[in-house]
Amino acid sequence: MIRIYISRDSGALALGAEAVVKRFEKAAEERGLDIEIVRNGSRGMYWLEPLVEVETDQGRVGYGPVRASKVDDLIEAGILEGKPHEKCIGVVEEYPWFKNQTRLTFARVGTTDPRSLEDYKAHGGYAGLKKALEAGPDGIIEEVLTSGLRGRGGAGFPTGIKWRTVADTPPQQKYIVCNADEGDSGTFADRMIMEGDPFVLIEGMTIAGIAVGATYGYIYLRSEYPHSSVALRAAIDAAREAGLLGDNVAGSGFAFDMEVRDGAGAYVCGEETSLLDSLEGKRGEVRAKPPLPAHIGLFGQPTIINNVISLATVPIIMDKGGEFYRDFGMGKSRGTMPIQLAGNIKHGGLYETAFGVTLGQLVDDIGGGTYSGRPVRAVQVGGPLGAYFPRELFDTPFDYEAFAARDGLIGHGGIVVFDDTVDMAKQAHFAMEFCAIESCGKCTPCRIGSARGMEVIDRIVANENRAENLEILEDLCNTMKLGSLCALGGFAPYPVMSALTHFPEDFGADKKRLEAAE
Amino acid sequence: MQKYEKWTSERAIEIIAQHQDQKGATLPILHALQEVFGCVPLEAEPLIADALNITRAEVHGCVTFYHDYRREPPGRRVLKICLAESCQAAGVRALEKRAKEKLGVEMGGTTADARVTLEPVYCLGLCHSSPAAMLDKDVYAGLDEERLDELLKEAQA
Ligand SMILES: Cc1cc2nc3c(=O)[nH]c(=O)nc-3n(C[C@H](O)[C@H](O)[C@H](O)COP(=O)(O)O)c2cc1C
Ligand code: SF4
Ligand code: FES
Repeated sequence: MIRIYISRDSGALALGAEAVVKRFEKAAEERGLDIEIVRNGSRGMYWLEPLVEVETDQGRVGYGPVRASKVDDLIEAGILEGKPHEKCIGVVEEYPWFKNQTRLTFARVGTTDPRSLEDYKAHGGYAGLKKALEAGPDGIIEEVLTSGLRGRGGAGFPTGIKWRTVADTPPQQKYIVCNADEGDSGTFADRMIMEGDPFVLIEGMTIAGIAVGATYGYIYLRSEYPHSSVALRAAIDAAREAGLLGDNVAGSGFAFDMEVRDGAGAYVCGEETSLLDSLEGKRGEVRAKPPLPAHIGLFGQPTIINNVISLATVPIIMDKGGEFYRDFGMGKSRGTMPIQLAGNIKHGGLYETAFGVTLGQLVDDIGGGTYSGRPVRAVQVGGPLGAYFPRELFDTPFDYEAFAARDGLIGHGGIVVFDDTVDMAKQAHFAMEFCAIESCGKCTPCRIGSARGMEVIDRIVANENRAENLEILEDLCNTMKLGSLCALGGFAPYPVMSALTHFPEDFGADKKRLEAAE
Repeated sequence: MQKYEKWTSERAIEIIAQHQDQKGATLPILHALQEVFGCVPLEAEPLIADALNITRAEVHGCVTFYHDYRREPPGRRVLKICLAESCQAAGVRALEKRAKEKLGVEMGGTTADARVTLEPVYCLGLCHSSPAAMLDKDVYAGLDEERLDELLKEAQA
């Protein structure tokens, strides 16, 4: 029997993977071939999807991108024997783009069958939980603190400290909430984990529950991800069936169970307190802090709220040790980051590597520059609230502090590349428009300021009292920064001001005037 | 082929009852109603308020806050085009224009023959292969004019 792998991840499906599978099945029937098709996650090399991997004595040989109409030709050419072909990239794990990564959180994604608990266990799954049970609640938190893991959802808050706070509150009903709202443009790492290795998230949440004494968890999943929903629900059922969720997790005496809740298309519900309101059945309005969710969170109970990647990284930290993880990275940014390359880029995909690689290396070397073939002009890092960086800042290392020092943020690790046809005044306008559409409405600078911001940018572009309106825009941005309750209104000025600072010519503004104003 | 059931309060009460015992049941109820009726009509609000023992204003606030909920059933198929930054960088604005012209509707509109509702969406997590779109629950990426036209045809079929 010949085993081949074709991803069921929605990124691969969006590029035609289902038709390729059907064509292989049909061809096998017609030719009497004995093949088994495993539906794995994606390797993250989306410019090669649908990628077909054939198991051979040398390893898995990859072919991509494969169109359904070309499947028969490929079979003629000997794809099932791993023979050379112009679509062949050789053994996938030896392929430089793939091989040069440090895959810790994503170690299994693309390798295993995400629906199979046996496969998960055969590839090191649930080794972290085993160690966690040996270490006990305090031991787990120590290990996570040692690892230096910071929240991967955007704010970069140390995960271990958050867990310690919840663990230290008196015993009562506590919750683990996984933030799977992944709303930033340019990001898909959470989706890839949920579809490509859902058990690792379940294991991470279970370990979190044991660490702090929480017996129930919720995954708040954005409604734009129907495929993730199916994958997660199937995995949760399988884990429960196997006794890895429920009243007696893996025979340990600890109880932990969980469910998936669907969001309803509101970006602001990615903000943690707004997410909690939404889970409670209310409008997703941001709550003032304090109280912290760690003290008074979901349904008024102490709650850990972490991003998908943060939680999915905990099993490997428990398995290999906090020190092992901490030894990757630079400065206060420890471990690895799944960086997502998006926009107008040749090699769009997910690249997991230790912190410290420069923005230029990511965009030019790893991403291969634009797919349009035109020069890269700007990159937005960190989603719709992240700054636009020009080429002059490409030496910035990927590190929370280094980006902050240049008025940027790494957020959830999404990098969106634009070529030289981009109009940066339009991008600044869109940042305000997005803020206006998604504002929860609680504070005036965000709710009204964003609408006014669009108008002011329109006037600047139309050269109506340009100098005066440029000042008004800067003033408005400052008001939003200082007067907003959460980062939606507070950070929307970053894309706007960075566009204006680095690309003043698109606003008809003079670079010198801006420098003088600083 | 009628895709959605016609609204009746009996059926709505039945659906609400299936979900009302969950903690924080509002969103699960609204999702379930929309799944069956294609929308959450105004008449549903007092029924939900009643079942959950909250005010009608709270339910109304919820329905109107979230972008996903509709007041009227959509066309037979819903085509969402991603308009967020990564898709913009890959030229989605031109595709958006083309889709609007070919369907003869604005964003949020439904074609005269009630076949297609066109909506914006802000990121489908397919930005590695922007531009992207979603037709009901099927996803499409790496769109260009040719693939968009195929998609529009499929949507109108
Ligand atoms: C407007 C807004 C949207 C956010 N969206 C997300 C999101 O989609 N996913 C996420 O994990 N965090 C998001 N965050 C950050 C969360 O508030 C929170 O910091 C995070 O979930 C904490 O988990 P972590 O410490 O593991 O990163 C958002 C924040 C703001 C202000
Ligand atoms: S900044 Fe905007 S989104 Fe955040 S709390 Fe204020 S109004 Fe709501
Ligand atoms: S920005 Fe369009 S799919 Fe993410």
